[in-house]
Amino acid sequence: MQKNIYEISKEGRRGYYFDTYDLEDYSKSFDIPDKFRREEAPRLPEVSENYVVRHFTKLSNRNYGVDTGMYPLGSCTMKYNPKINEVVAAMPNFSHTHPSWREKHVQGNMKIINELQGMLSELTGMPGISLQPAAGSHGELTGLMIMKQYLIDQGDVHKKNIIIPDSAHGTNPASVAMAGFIAKEVKSNAEGTIDMDALSQLIDENTAGLMLTNPNTLGLFEKDILEITKRIHDVGGLVYCDGANMNANMGITRPLEMGFDIVHLNLHKTLSTPHGGGGPGSGPVGVVSSLKDYLPGPIVKASDEDFYTFEMPAKSIGHVKNYFGNFGVYLRAYVYFLTMGGEGLKLASQLAVLNANYMKACLKEAYKVPYKALCKHEFVLAGLKEPGDVSTLDVAKRLIDYKVHPPTIYFPLIVEQCLMIEPTESESLETLDDYINILLKIAKEAKEQPELLHNAPTTASVRRLDEVSVARNPVLSYRFNGEEQ
Amino acid sequence: MHPYLPHTQADIDHMLQKIGVESIEDLFTDIDAKALLKSPMRLPKAESEGRVIRKLTKLGESNIDTANWLSFVGGGIYEHLIPTIVPHLISRSEFYTAYTPYQPEISQGTLQAIFEYQTMICELTGLQVANASHYDGSTALAEAAFMACGATRRDTILIPDTLSPESKNVLRTYLKYKDLNLVEVPSKDGVVDSDILKDYIHDDVAAYLVATPNYYGNLEDLTGVSEQLHANKSLLVIMSNPMSLSLFKSPGEWGADIAVGDGQVFGNPMNFGGPTLGYMACTEKLMRKMPGRIVGETLDLDGKRGYVLTLQAREQHIRREKATSNITSNEALNVLAATIYLSTMGLAGIYEVARRSHINACYLRDHLKGIKGIKIMHNQQIFNEFVIQVKDSEEVMKSLELFQIIPGIIIDHEQNLLLITTTEVHEKEDLDTLVVAMKEVLA
Ligand SMILES: Cc1ncc(COP(=O)(O)O)c(C=O)c1O
Repeated sequence: MQKNIYEISKEGRRGYYFDTYDLEDYSKSFDIPDKFRREEAPRLPEVSENYVVRHFTKLSNRNYGVDTGMYPLGSCTMKYNPKINEVVAAMPNFSHTHPSWREKHVQGNMKIINELQGMLSELTGMPGISLQPAAGSHGELTGLMIMKQYLIDQGDVHKKNIIIPDSAHGTNPASVAMAGFIAKEVKSNAEGTIDMDALSQLIDENTAGLMLTNPNTLGLFEKDILEITKRIHDVGGLVYCDGANMNANMGITRPLEMGFDIVHLNLHKTLSTPHGGGGPGSGPVGVVSSLKDYLPGPIVKASDEDFYTFEMPAKSIGHVKNYFGNFGVYLRAYVYFLTMGGEGLKLASQLAVLNANYMKACLKEAYKVPYKALCKHEFVLAGLKEPGDVSTLDVAKRLIDYKVHPPTIYFPLIVEQCLMIEPTESESLETLDDYINILLKIAKEAKEQPELLHNAPTTASVRRLDEVSVARNPVLSYRFNGEEQ
Repeated sequence: MHPYLPHTQADIDHMLQKIGVESIEDLFTDIDAKALLKSPMRLPKAESEGRVIRKLTKLGESNIDTANWLSFVGGGIYEHLIPTIVPHLISRSEFYTAYTPYQPEISQGTLQAIFEYQTMICELTGLQVANASHYDGSTALAEAAFMACGATRRDTILIPDTLSPESKNVLRTYLKYKDLNLVEVPSKDGVVDSDILKDYIHDDVAAYLVATPNYYGNLEDLTGVSEQLHANKSLLVIMSNPMSLSLFKSPGEWGADIAVGDGQVFGNPMNFGGPTLGYMACTEKLMRKMPGRIVGETLDLDGKRGYVLTLQAREQHIRREKATSNITSNEALNVLAATIYLSTMGLAGIYEVARRSHINACYLRDHLKGIKGIKIMHNQQIFNEFVIQVKDSEEVMKSLELFQIIPGIIIDHEQNLLLITTTEVHEKEDLDTLVVAMKEVLA
């Protein structure tokens, strides 16, 4: 057990030193009136600087990142995070700029935003790009708001239904609800793609649109994509592309060519910006020309004289986030474009798909492969071929004992005992082989020594944790001297 | 091959053979030819690190040189001193190259840090439960509005006109598409009078969302406000600059049900406005209505203490369209920076930062007051910002640029109002420089 920061705190220690204050005398004439004065002081730890360093270094040792080893978390694109990205993002002339300074004082930032808008436009085919959303789900919400405003302007206020495949990520239906639409689920067929008959039955004049990830969350390219987008357009609806899986598509196909109207990208997936232990991300939204005026703003326009200005699109849905979005993340994605180049990005997607298909081919002897077709950058397995009383959770926990990060598990919901594996282009053949061999060995252990899996992990800093009682009686902050919440 | 791609041609050939195809192109035969790109993307060619660094250094030079300018700009994003250990520690790749702690056994570092952060946010806000963050203060505010409408089953949100334009804008967008109403309460002398507020509290009001300190830097007197709202079964949501909370009454002490704000001030650089972090805390009663991730403390099989994501039945991956929010990725690394910052500074540290930020503003306001051509707009208790009126705000901005000074934000071009901000980074000398320069340009 590691002590928490409060448990190493001792009255009188300090971690930061101030110079003497020139206005000490002046300050004596100031007092905060009682009605505004804080009554009970907040309890914060008192720790010396070197022990803060030690505390958080210890914590970092109980974590696992892409730099530690393979992290094939399906749907999350855990690729290498180039270090030059971090160096650039930390340059003070970027990180110390204030968003309310005048345009002429931040032309460097604005040029970067403008060029990144252009690069993402080329990557998706979409002529309009707004960088403002802060993550994938924020991009979804933004895209749905654009849809809604467009439909309102078309006089189609009755269009309230958004069709979503049953394989979709949970954020899709959640975003639909947040944007005031109604989610309608469409079944997947035995091949793992949208069931076209079921789709036909759902489409009617109340259809506002459809949300789709392509390749979908099973790692399969929706072969009927052109027909799907056409059918939605035929009833006056719009089609949204959840771009979480763009890492399979770069330089090969684009949302525009597939017939989508709106797309979001996750810069923290496809474009190599780090996941930060859960964020910050960035979820830029791209749209076809008829929707450009609806984008959230401000976006950056370039004038002839190489001067950049902020502009609100004419019929903008408004702002979805403070200022211009996560600029610190844009810098990293921009640098990634420069260091990879167009050809490098295409190669990355090709190798990501190669890696996934290779792993799938090697694992089919011991794991159930529910969809035989070629996969794209990720694939799903329906647990062990001979599971006995071993679950996918057990397999995942046993992987931890072998010092690698487990894949995404139990998602998509339509695959039983699902393991969703996305190796990314960053992993070498040797690393893939190691991971494959571990998974094959675990399959063998499941038959011969299942208790090894049931008890796993035994080599991590903690063993399996009791998630049930904490949800019932949550302890969500430190109990000082054992006090109740 | 590219330095980020470890494949050799022999590796590729071996893998293709195992898959049973001849070429990489064969892996894409499932894509309809009509959907394939016909020509390469028009993107630049790959460049070496050296060139990229040179290019970005140059782009940085197209911004003003931040080290040589004196800025009094705030209004939502603030420059504070950041202890060197903060960027140092968050650069540990076990932290920043990890993702959401889905596998708790190998994510105890992230999980425990979030738990410590939740504790600190509870302490600062005086409320019982905090989540693991939102994208920023304004999206946290918008989510609080949804939460209040859900909890009260009502559809109207009240805000004072003293809320920042950034927050108003975000709130307006979120509420509009969810068919919820937004009503603005007018202010007097830079704050809302609770007698005026009273007339706006009807039975459709889910919550009153108020910022204190507000956009003008003034503290809102919320005496009796929570009682007024609760008598009407409405909620009180308080947004704050959390740096002010060591000096001033906490949201909990004002009787708030939900507290939100932007935590950028805790150890995060300005970053041109993002990424920052939005914090949210609420009463225990509202705990299961809260959006976002929450970390809880529990035991492992051996009885050892550990941490997990909890109360997940609220979240999108389980509840889908019935979830309390669609949020999944949040601002975890900024949360880590805030946690390290607060651990380093302690209460004495943030109290000192808040005190100096406040006293600096009082001093500056005092010394600008006497200058001909400057009017101090409001007579209110401030934290670290205040509003002045000049004859021609554009002219003042332009003239001061010659001294490499940015005196603040023009928040109203017609009325020529300037919002001026100080923090502990300003030394007395800096404040005096602004006063002297103002005198000169207004003379
Ligand atoms: C398919 C899919 N859609 C949407 C999201 C949401 O993205 P974010 O976490 O950036 O909000 C994710 C990832 O979490 C995803 O995998």
